[in-house]
Amino acid sequence: MRQYFGRKLLIYGLTFFVAVTVNWMIPRFMPGDPVASMVARARISDPEAVAAMQQYYSNLFGFDQPILAQYFNFWGALFAGNFGISIWAYPLPVSEVIMDAVPYSLGLLIPSILLSWFVGNWAGALAARRKILDNTVLPVGYVLTAMPYMWIAILLCWGFGVVFQVLPVAGGYSFALQPDLSWEFVWSLFQHWLLPFVSLFLVALGGWAIGMRNMIIYELEADYSNYLAALGAPHRLIRRYAFRNAVLPQITGLALQLGVLVAGALVTEIVFSYPGLGSLILKAIQNQDFFLLQGTFLFIVLGVLIANFVIDVVYVIVDPRTRAGMAGATT
Amino acid sequence: MTLSVQDLRVYYRTLRGEVKALDGVSFDVADGEILGLAGESGCGKTTLGKSLIRMDGRMKHVGGRVELDGENLPIGDTVKMNPFRFTEVSIIPQYSMSAMNPTRKIGRMVRELLDSRGVTVDLDELHRRLDLVELNRDVLGKYPLELSGGMKQRMVMVISTLLNPSLLIADEITSALDVSTQKAVVTTLKGFRELGFVKSMIFITHDISLTNQLADTIMVMYAGKLAEKAPADAIVNRSRHPYTQLLISSLPEVGVRYAEKKLTGIPGNPPSLLNPPVGCRFQDRCPLAFDKCREEPPAVEVEKDHFVACWKA
Repeated sequence: MRQYFGRKLLIYGLTFFVAVTVNWMIPRFMPGDPVASMVARARISDPEAVAAMQQYYSNLFGFDQPILAQYFNFWGALFAGNFGISIWAYPLPVSEVIMDAVPYSLGLLIPSILLSWFVGNWAGALAARRKILDNTVLPVGYVLTAMPYMWIAILLCWGFGVVFQVLPVAGGYSFALQPDLSWEFVWSLFQHWLLPFVSLFLVALGGWAIGMRNMIIYELEADYSNYLAALGAPHRLIRRYAFRNAVLPQITGLALQLGVLVAGALVTEIVFSYPGLGSLILKAIQNQDFFLLQGTFLFIVLGVLIANFVIDVVYVIVDPRTRAGMAGATT
Repeated sequence: MTLSVQDLRVYYRTLRGEVKALDGVSFDVADGEILGLAGESGCGKTTLGKSLIRMDGRMKHVGGRVELDGENLPIGDTVKMNPFRFTEVSIIPQYSMSAMNPTRKIGRMVRELLDSRGVTVDLDELHRRLDLVELNRDVLGKYPLELSGGMKQRMVMVISTLLNPSLLIADEITSALDVSTQKAVVTTLKGFRELGFVKSMIFITHDISLTNQLADTIMVMYAGKLAEKAPADAIVNRSRHPYTQLLISSLPEVGVRYAEKKLTGIPGNPPSLLNPPVGCRFQDRCPLAFDKCREEPPAVEVEKDHFVACWKA
């Protein structure tokens, strides 16, 4: 058991290292100079002042050092919990900017991932072996899962925001409100949350339903199902066993899908101008904000890795076969 | 009379038509009798075994009756058949290695299975039977994957016979085992009968020499029909049907060096059961075939309890 988790943690550590390194490299290899754009924003024409500002900012962000030194400084600062200062939101620290956005992203992601997983599995299991349901759930599932995130988001925007005009299409809450704990604000928050949530939920739903349907059919044809049926066990028991065994690959699937879902959420946030990490990434790229980009990527990598680790642990709990693999068979 | 099968016909529905896997088979199995069912693959052995307990979705009961202990078995109706399963008719399947749910501890699976049939687990009895097949009682707290193949097989044997069924169908249960384990399985099955766990048994195998060690009566099937049925020693020593004779002569013998004498099989293949030939189904491969074989030979009792379906017998 300890060896298993030790190995897993090592792999996760390695993944983290590589991912963070790549995240550090990407902004630096992008064309453009963040300091130049910052100076340009200040609209100063005096060349001496420009040179001074340029030097000040380069020094502040450490761009005057060799690239390798920048890299090591980055890791040093990271372990000290320092993500640097945002260029776009200068002089706010990156960690603060991200912390403002994280609740929105998590509030969107966690319910949509979990709910689509549960509802999808339930619908798929129900559809397997019921002709009429199967003939409806399956095509609908294929259509949903084939939809690009931004396309369904735009459709929903257009439908509910423009045609019916029942739900707002942009922002995290009404522009007329200030964040506080009043019912009015919470209601506004909910209204703005609904459409991005539904678009993420729908796209993920189809895939889970199809996967579960196929797995259940496979499990119902498995030898143990046939044996139980031959011994006269009721359908209820056989279906229960089949469901439990069919859910296992779906748990793995969830681990694999997490990255895709996060990416989908980023695109969806941009469509709805939702103030989460997705919108933040867009702004960071537009403003060549190296540190903000690094910070958001780091946060996403961490989130996906942690979620994967949780799923690994869950898998060990629900599937005895992984446990036996760890300890070696006993006789 | 435990089991009586009259003119049983079971066909498989396929896209190309009906495959007549079981085409008019009649036989009886007496109380306490072990019937060995032999024949090459595709002759309808497993179809017969499955028909008696649970047909799969492609199988269709076309005709014939099955009676168990004087009661009609509704084999074509999977719902009505359910009360008989496990309690009256039980099966040790071909796939013992994968017959148990991999994610349930064995003891719990047995309990849930019995609960679903409205029977409470008699733990003492269960333990006694585990001892009998030399399984440690700990296996009930284990997952199937923690058991070896032979252990799983014995566990399935215990589960299948737990409710003392009248008829036990053992379907090719020795095929995946090594010879010494085969012998142990055969001994265990005999023990089950002696202890009254099962009244009678149909032992399906393609291994006619193994059948001889266990069965009282051997029934040889060919292409969905009965070829010959007789007491075990009569089949081995005085078989009358050319197919049975060829089947037995193609067995290797101890002490014979096959480098010098080539071991022969039966040339040719069984006919397609989609469109079986008219008359005797063995006629194309039979060395004794003559004109009369265009007509279907009835199964006649040539001596007591010795039935042969051949014009030459």
